[in-house]
Amino acid sequence: MLNRASLIFAALLAVAFPLSLLAGRVWIDPFDVAGSGANAALILMELRLPRGLLAVIIGGGLGAAGAAMQGYLRNPLADPGLFGIAPMAALGAVASFWFGFSSNAWALPLAALTGAGLGMGMLAMIAGRAGGIALFTLAGLMIASLAGALTALAITLSPNAFAMSEIVMWLNGALTDRSWDEVTLAVPLVAAGVAFLMMAARSLDALTLGEDAARSLGINSGALLWLLIAGIGLTVGASVAVAGIIGFVGLIVPHLVRPLTDRLPSSLILPSALAGALLVLIADSIVRILPLVTELRLGIALSLIGAPFFLWLLLKMRKTVL
Amino acid sequence: MMLGAHNLSLQRAGRHALKDVSAELRSGEVTAICGPNGAGKSSLLLALAGLLEASVGGVSLDGNSLKALHPRIRAQAIGYLPQSAEVAWDVAVENIVRLGRLPYRDRGDTAVEAVIAALDLEALRGRPASQLSGGERARVLLARVLAGEPDWILADEPLAALDLAHQLSLLKHLRSAANNGAGVVLVLHDLSLAMNHADRVLVLEEGSLAADGPPQEALSSGNIAKVWGVDARWIGDAGKSGEPRALITS
Repeated sequence: MLNRASLIFAALLAVAFPLSLLAGRVWIDPFDVAGSGANAALILMELRLPRGLLAVIIGGGLGAAGAAMQGYLRNPLADPGLFGIAPMAALGAVASFWFGFSSNAWALPLAALTGAGLGMGMLAMIAGRAGGIALFTLAGLMIASLAGALTALAITLSPNAFAMSEIVMWLNGALTDRSWDEVTLAVPLVAAGVAFLMMAARSLDALTLGEDAARSLGINSGALLWLLIAGIGLTVGASVAVAGIIGFVGLIVPHLVRPLTDRLPSSLILPSALAGALLVLIADSIVRILPLVTELRLGIALSLIGAPFFLWLLLKMRKTVL
Repeated sequence: MMLGAHNLSLQRAGRHALKDVSAELRSGEVTAICGPNGAGKSSLLLALAGLLEASVGGVSLDGNSLKALHPRIRAQAIGYLPQSAEVAWDVAVENIVRLGRLPYRDRGDTAVEAVIAALDLEALRGRPASQLSGGERARVLLARVLAGEPDWILADEPLAALDLAHQLSLLKHLRSAANNGAGVVLVLHDLSLAMNHADRVLVLEEGSLAADGPPQEALSSGNIAKVWGVDARWIGDAGKSGEPRALITS
């Protein structure tokens, strides 16, 4: 499990994490924290550290979920966001804005987690029993589509302009002003989610040879589907709950990591988690230091990187296939 | 060791794929399953592999119901090679072969090395799947099944996409597995290959067992006319002089 790619990304993360704590509107001198300003220690402990940890946790969860999802669907273009759980979590959060519960710090993440749970439940109910990949994909896409439509409806019918602007801002995920509360909420959920995905790793390896061959190797396709729903639900649900929609991490990261591994899904999950953590950490550090009047939303920044990458990927695939 | 289908009936896509099929397969033999398109050959193989559940009847392995076995125990006993030569990621040959050890959850270095040597894959060990020819890929996927050291090898059209030399090479490996005590069951479309290389042939027609016996009997001109609707005769003298028999159609 601890392969070369894991070691590379763990080492990069170990270097990037402390550096990211220093970067922002206020630059902190690592050799003279006290001299960096009266509030430097406060900024470090109450803003940068929880924010950095949250970037690592969310990026790790999304990277692992992407690797597992691509392994399950045997498709390098699969992204955990496509399968209904992230849009359902977003819908839950939007509902909390809509009903005005967002003033309570815990109401929004809990509503998002409820949405993610509902999404997982719907996926399990529709596709869990049969355990088929096509059914799972279609069910996920329909849930995503329904959640997207309901979110758009909520925006259209929002009670006031302030709520509408809050919803739209929140949907473009960000880690601005997050506290230790969000870290406390996300850590156990993402850790449990990644653990479920790691438990699915060997079954995903077997799927490399197709569904029938995988079952002939003793893989229980129903159990595998449950592990994936739980793993992706927890990682993606927790990430949306504390940071809003952060797309493309689950798509890009497994691609970047795959050439550094033996290409089996089991070899990809852990390094993708580490690389996802690194990507979100770096992207969040960059949005902090960009000289803009208001901070660029992390979700927008990652989509700005992710969408061209996706197009490049399609062009590359077209050249290989044709 | 016995793998038995008992009054097996099953439905696929709303139609009867198998109707009351019974056959006791023996280890140490190469059994071919033949029949026209849609006769139920792949369904029978999937059911024998424990991957398709019967609506009536069942499959037994050494007297025990296959359905009652834990999937991993079943996977240790029965290796299944599907028709599609799918390898989703560009995985290297050695790692594909190693996937055959999944039912044991070990690396199985001894078995993997033995099968790499036996199937002459040493030179290809590190080569990615995308850089394998059709014949090499077929050999690698068979090696994956053999690495699990199964008592039964069930293969769906393993020779379909191969040229003559690769067909014979793969058949040699399958025969060698049978000689070492494994039961080999192959779905074959090419009746000449079944005639010349199988010990026993099951002929399916519209989901029912139309013939079961040594190839000379099961694939007689009369049975070919009845099941395939084709007038054909065999030339050559298999089983006596060892000369291969060829099928001539009119």
